Amino acid sequence: MSYDASSTIDADTREAIDIDRSKGDFSFPERHKFDAGRGLTERTVDYISEVKGEPPWIREFRHKALKVFREKPMPTNWATKDLESIDFDVIRYYLSDGEKPKRSWDEVPPEVLETFERLGIPQQERAFLAGVEAQYDSEASYSNMKEELTKLGVIFVNSNEGLKEHEAIFRPWFGKVIPTGDNKFSALNSAVFSGGSFIYIPKGVKLKQPLQAYFRINSENFGQFERTLIIADEGAEVMYMEGCTAPKFETATLHSAVVELVALKGAKIQYVTVQNWSSNVFNLVTKRGLAMEDAEVRWIDCNIGSRLTMKYPGVIMKGERARGEVISIALANSGQHQDTGAKMIHAANNTTSNVVSKSISVGQGRSTYRGQVHIPKHLKGCKNNTECDALLINTKSRTDTYPAITVKGNQHATQHEASVSQVSEEMLFYMQQRGLNQGQAMSLAVNGFINDLVREFPMEYSVELKRLIDLEMEGSVG
Amino acid sequence: MSLLISDLHATLEDGTEILKGVTLEIPAGEVHAIMGPNGSGKSTLSKVISGHEGYIVTGGTITMDGQDLLGMSVDERSRAGIFLAFQYPAEVPGVSNANFIRAALQSRLPKGEEIDAVAYYKNLYSKMDHLEMDRKFTARSVNEGFSGGEKKRNEILQMMMLEPKYSILDETDSGLDIDALKIVAKGVNAMRSPERGMLLITHYQRLLDYISPDHVHVMAGGKIVRSGGPELALELEKHGYDFLKEVELVPA
Repeated sequence: MSYDASSTIDADTREAIDIDRSKGDFSFPERHKFDAGRGLTERTVDYISEVKGEPPWIREFRHKALKVFREKPMPTNWATKDLESIDFDVIRYYLSDGEKPKRSWDEVPPEVLETFERLGIPQQERAFLAGVEAQYDSEASYSNMKEELTKLGVIFVNSNEGLKEHEAIFRPWFGKVIPTGDNKFSALNSAVFSGGSFIYIPKGVKLKQPLQAYFRINSENFGQFERTLIIADEGAEVMYMEGCTAPKFETATLHSAVVELVALKGAKIQYVTVQNWSSNVFNLVTKRGLAMEDAEVRWIDCNIGSRLTMKYPGVIMKGERARGEVISIALANSGQHQDTGAKMIHAANNTTSNVVSKSISVGQGRSTYRGQVHIPKHLKGCKNNTECDALLINTKSRTDTYPAITVKGNQHATQHEASVSQVSEEMLFYMQQRGLNQGQAMSLAVNGFINDLVREFPMEYSVELKRLIDLEMEGSVG
Repeated sequence: MSLLISDLHATLEDGTEILKGVTLEIPAGEVHAIMGPNGSGKSTLSKVISGHEGYIVTGGTITMDGQDLLGMSVDERSRAGIFLAFQYPAEVPGVSNANFIRAALQSRLPKGEEIDAVAYYKNLYSKMDHLEMDRKFTARSVNEGFSGGEKKRNEILQMMMLEPKYSILDETDSGLDIDALKIVAKGVNAMRSPERGMLLITHYQRLLDYISPDHVHVMAGGKIVRSGGPELALELEKHGYDFLKEVELVPA
């Protein structure tokens, strides 16, 4: 069965798609006071470090990372050759207007304010968020948190402010969960990182509302390299949500973040991502959490859009009874490759991990699942459950599963299930016979496929997710 | 006002001709039954009327109250008033029955208009009560893990909710025990109205014990070979299709 776009789509659908595509697909003229120029050299690193007024230890950290980045080959021995299309010499590594993040939307420059208003951020902040950081290219334009949280000792600032003003908390954990040399892109991020959040939740503080960061790329040929570190002290709880968009430029854009989470004894961190990058973005992100005794780290990850996403959120369960979870949804439309998965490293007794991954491949879209579960021999009582389900929406799409479960010793319980299903012609005919057009029918089938996972998302995000899927599916028919 | 099928020819994608000139008129307000042996083209007829893409119409016309259906897509025909109760309804994992039926109703509304949720559930529950369906049914995924009887009841429920102009029920009686058959018949009978035409496709007389048709047609070899009143069904029951073959088909 083939879905020929132009013939089946009706005018209303097309209009609906056009309107929404324009939601993220717009940009303003650049007015950057600081521009590191194109390409990456020692001078680029120095420039960034100087503009940010960083202490020497960070500058040194960056330079070391640059060396590691240069030494490490592209991982094309296992990953897609498309990585070779990234031209590191034309990318612009730092762009900012030199302003500090504002605490009030009124002080944010008009075009930046308009950007975030069109994306609905200030509205969401009023409705249900405890704090927001809004990053525009390299730096945060806005960062604010409810006053009562400041009184409780919660810290929610950008990484630059974090490393300078909260060094005693920041420095011991920075680069410890994800070492610079973890992979080529974590090294790149370590060399040129800018923006991202630093969050500290004091002992026993449980945030009822989520904190949110929004990452917006406005400039062409730009690389966004935010760096996030979240520390939940003993018994603390926090949910952090991240959203991303970029305009559709002719040329490739690079987004390469590093996110480190530290959940101390009995703490809980939930990290929710709903990414909707335009189809020119290389999204190469390293995310990992450390869970100490009785702590829990959950990654809830939804990947829509981008040209290539490579992302394998992980949890190192370092303390007894720690729990790690990755729940992910990936939707690969034509021209997109979602290469996602999870890493679960069991490093203490009686630790539990759960991975549920659902991928949808549409048109010529491609989904890949890579999983790694590691349970060493000397441990006992560890449990892992891995489920990977793939849904194919026509014969041209492709899905691959590469699970790697290394379990040594026999005192553990692991379970792995994988399935591949299709939206069959008979299912489509049935739904269409009830009045749904092809796009609506596919959209309903996809939403049904991920339904049990969507329930894990905060309500506001699950509504957004459903809307994005509707648009992707209608767009794929049309 | 009628669903009018005239000299309809249809083939599979490989060119095999299944319908070889079907002519049939179902006026609004009437219930017609088509009977016939396996492979006679009964189910194909129901799919071709609905617009299934697996068949190619090579000749003839289908019109509904004067409107040409052949130029319309499956979903357009549905919204215009054609309903097919499937012999083997598809499963839609993860989509609740309530949401599915709601999406189907929503597709009939003008853009920007939303279904009133309270009125919708009230209507849904009353139809479910009529078909003696458990309330839990609304939250279950469409047809997933349903028994044969539950699937058929679900088809009738959808028909009652969508209120089509013309309904085609494809072997709705197959696989039903007598109690389920009675409930399904109750639903179908409740839908009989001067504005609505119905076509029952069935293998057996027993459905017609509970839904009495105005006309009975016999289909064989891709054609309607005989038409008559309800007595035709009884005749078939008595003599079987072999009798039919001798009488009608031997000359061919």
